[in-house]
Amino acid sequence: MDRIPILKVGDCLLVTIQVDMHDELAMSLQADLTAQIAKYASRGVLIDISSLEIVDSFIGRMLANIAAMSRVLDAQTVLTGMQPAVAITLVELGMALPGIKTALNVERGMELLKAYLSQDLEPEETDGSEE
Amino acid sequence: MSVFQQLLKSNEKVILSGWMSELASSTRRADLMSDVDLQQQAAELVRLFAEAAQTSSDVQSDAYTGTREFLKEIAKSRMDQGFTPAETALFVLSLKQPIFTTLRGSVKDPSALMEEVWESGNLLDKLAMLTVTSAVAIRELTIVRQQEEMLELSTPVVKLWDGVLALPLIGTLDSARTQVVMESLLSAIVETNSQVAIIDITGVPTVDTLVAQHLIKTITAARLMGADCYLSGIRPAIAQTIVHLGIDLDDVQTKAKLSDAFALALQRLGKTVVTAKTPAAKVREL
Repeated sequence: MDRIPILKVGDCLLVTIQVDMHDELAMSLQADLTAQIAKYASRGVLIDISSLEIVDSFIGRMLANIAAMSRVLDAQTVLTGMQPAVAITLVELGMALPGIKTALNVERGMELLKAYLSQDLEPEETDGSEE
Repeated sequence: MSVFQQLLKSNEKVILSGWMSELASSTRRADLMSDVDLQQQAAELVRLFAEAAQTSSDVQSDAYTGTREFLKEIAKSRMDQGFTPAETALFVLSLKQPIFTTLRGSVKDPSALMEEVWESGNLLDKLAMLTVTSAVAIRELTIVRQQEEMLELSTPVVKLWDGVLALPLIGTLDSARTQVVMESLLSAIVETNSQVAIIDITGVPTVDTLVAQHLIKTITAARLMGADCYLSGIRPAIAQTIVHLGIDLDDVQTKAKLSDAFALALQRLGKTVVTAKTPAAKVREL
């Protein structure tokens, strides 16, 4: 059976969906991705769906689920490269994917993840102890 | 064959002249149409009508094909010349008067006269209806065409800065327009690789729950694509309406003016606008 490759890039995992998603593929991606996040203790997940032309409510739910699962495992999900038609479909289906960050392309998505991760690494504010 | 049909054929000239004088006294619009044209149209219509009436009294039958076509033509030219549908109908209906006069002169028996008047009146009513129907159909065609043109005209996406798009909306938003607006905005975001889109609703006269829902849909779709979407040009009256209607715009960044939203967009992109030490006008003098 086909599997969607998950690439490890530093702290992040990179998933590019190049084929049309069917339900089984989506389920296996969900299982693989959560396993990989746990294995590498990844802090960010970038899912590129620029080649995805068709979505249904199941795929939409799956994307929302992946984001929620990653959040539980303390990884931030960024969804990149959504096609206009896909965006319109998801909105019409009433799926605004509120928990997911989005970016126009992979490059922007990476920047977003980096900014998010570096913000996490910054030392916490010192509650005005300098005074 | 009834008396009325025979009379129509034999008294064509009399009826026509009677009609012309009737037209002159009632619905004549000399400012829109010349006497010669009117005379020609009237003569042609009486001829066609008299001919068709010989064989049938059903205006939908084949015998009336010529009459129907001619009436459609009249309706079209009348609409182009600026007549109202009522005036166009009256043109046909005023033919009743001369026909009734002719009938009264020839038929002496009151009940037979009633019968003839009823029959001819009915026929003319149907012809007038036909004229009005085609006139209205022509108007509707124009309206449909104009709606399509408006749809194309009224959804420009403009680029304000590298990575900042603006969508000034003008006119009422309905489902069909929202679809066009959404599609053109999203494809423009992809084309220009923009991070921020500003929807300006200064030109939207009213915002009700439906319009707000359409706006929220567009904004959500833009967000899904990875662009921030701000809403600007909200007039005080509209802000009041939004709150009174209980529309939830919590997830949407709103600004009162387009300039405010643009400033926010620049801030979001990490750009600032600074005042030059020497104004451009002075540089030119140097």
